Amino acid sequence: MRRRVRLYLAVAAGGFRRYATYGTATAAGVFTNTVFGFIVAYTYIALWDERPGLGGYDQAQALTFVWVSQSLLAAGALIGGGFQEELQERIRTGDIAVDLYRPADLQMWWLAADLGRAGFQLLGRGVVPLVAGALAFPLALPVDPLRWLLFLVSVLLALVVSFALRYMVGLVAFWLMDGAGVNIMATVTSIFFSGMLLPLTVFPGGFGEFVRALPWSAMLQVPLDVLLGRHAGAGGAAEALGFQAGWALVLLGAGRLLQSAATRKVVVQGG
Amino acid sequence: MADALISLDGVEKVFDVRRRVSLMRREKHRVRAVDGISFEVARGEMVGYIGPNGAGKSTTIKMLTGILTPSGGRLRVAGIDPARERMRLAHRIGVVFGQRTTLWWDLPLKDSYGLMRRLYRVPRARFEENLERCVDRLDLAELLDVPVRQLSLGQRMRGDIAAALLHDPEVLYLDEPTIGLDVVSKAKVRGFLRQLNEELGTTVLLTTHDLQDIEQLCERVMVIDHGRLMYDGPLGGLHTAGAVGESERTLVVDLERELAPISVAGARVVKVEGPRQWLAFPAGASAAPLVAAVAADYPLVDLSVREPDIEDVIARMYAGRG
Repeated sequence: MRRRVRLYLAVAAGGFRRYATYGTATAAGVFTNTVFGFIVAYTYIALWDERPGLGGYDQAQALTFVWVSQSLLAAGALIGGGFQEELQERIRTGDIAVDLYRPADLQMWWLAADLGRAGFQLLGRGVVPLVAGALAFPLALPVDPLRWLLFLVSVLLALVVSFALRYMVGLVAFWLMDGAGVNIMATVTSIFFSGMLLPLTVFPGGFGEFVRALPWSAMLQVPLDVLLGRHAGAGGAAEALGFQAGWALVLLGAGRLLQSAATRKVVVQGG
Repeated sequence: MADALISLDGVEKVFDVRRRVSLMRREKHRVRAVDGISFEVARGEMVGYIGPNGAGKSTTIKMLTGILTPSGGRLRVAGIDPARERMRLAHRIGVVFGQRTTLWWDLPLKDSYGLMRRLYRVPRARFEENLERCVDRLDLAELLDVPVRQLSLGQRMRGDIAAALLHDPEVLYLDEPTIGLDVVSKAKVRGFLRQLNEELGTTVLLTTHDLQDIEQLCERVMVIDHGRLMYDGPLGGLHTAGAVGESERTLVVDLERELAPISVAGARVVKVEGPRQWLAFPAGASAAPLVAAVAADYPLVDLSVREPDIEDVIARMYAGRG
């Protein structure tokens, strides 16, 4: 067991270093995220000037939402990216055969690699935009270290949920040789339902409750609300993290079912 | 065979292929990729598994690794049913698919090896020893810190072969290990495999299109076509079956104009097509004097040398039987 943990840690470390080798891509990403952040920030300022307290956020909280979203965008692969295109390509070319004969679990292998990637992008592409945003705008960042700790746990769970969803999207390539259409659909869904477009707290009534209960909200909305302290007390925070962990388990389980269907199809039908 | 490491008994693999006939109708038809193959490979053997494209070679290898389940028949590798205990088997076999890589594309070669150590739970001392041997004999020392994407095909192949051997596999499957390699790289790979087999007794099963791989490495060769075993025996047996004759290379010459079959000492014309002629000569002979002789007596425009390949052997095998 401990040796397996070490193996997946090594896979994650490899995922981290892989992305670390592309310095220029990272710099370009940081630049894009920062520019994006400014554009969205001014849009939100216009919105919150017009409707103060929209979604229960004051303007500083809304701006915090913007800049933290930009920091998490690459790590959580909220607008695409990540490993699923690579997975699809390996399925299409048959390179997946190499992954299948390894004495390791396919889903855990890719989860470890993707968390490694996300770890790098959290640092490489997350820190600079957040600092830029904090310098340019009054943000409502907490000072309580416990809150930051809870936020980091919440981000980790968000990354697992994001992985679990994209793993299933990637596996679809076993049935549809071209995953492009599914990828676009998955990205559009993620942009809206994670809260990337607008905080999900903005949506009123039944629709609002519905979108906040979906797994995508665990990818962005929940970590942000944890950071902004919208979950009152220890119970509230536990509930938020429990919501994420629940979705993570359900989606990883669903991914395993899909994976065994896919590998059964391959071992019986050939690549 | 008492000590058969690999044994196949009537192994079949049938694929259902759906083909769209019209917009609404799809027709299902069956492809028998492997159609009742039986053979045994003893511990320490080095066997060539050859056949034309689509003959069922890779399908057989995939069944031997456990990533494809046979549709029928019985298959054992080291006493293990690969499809049922793929993970357990993985620790005892090494696999190299020539056209795919197990290495981490963006990272230095040595990172992939570290991962192999954890993946196969190789004790550190054993790992270092194996790695040192591979690095030394496959000439990898200078490449360990180079990202895999920057390696040439031959370098990458050597890297992949090393990766497959760090956990001391009893059997090594090689699917086209020399495909696309230059002459120097091919020689290196072959020399290494021979040593591996002689010194460590590793059983090797290799598929290839390159007849020289077989000639230089394997005493036993199996020929497969249309999913059936056509020949299983010593390489010499293919000669007497009229399949190989003495192995020959072909010099293809383009002349300025159409001529009657030219006559050059040490070669014979086997085919003429317009101004192009094919000259067969013994594989062991040098092409240089032949080229000089042709150029001296005939209006030569261009030329190329073709190595003997498996397709020729099989074509001649059929011709010999028919």
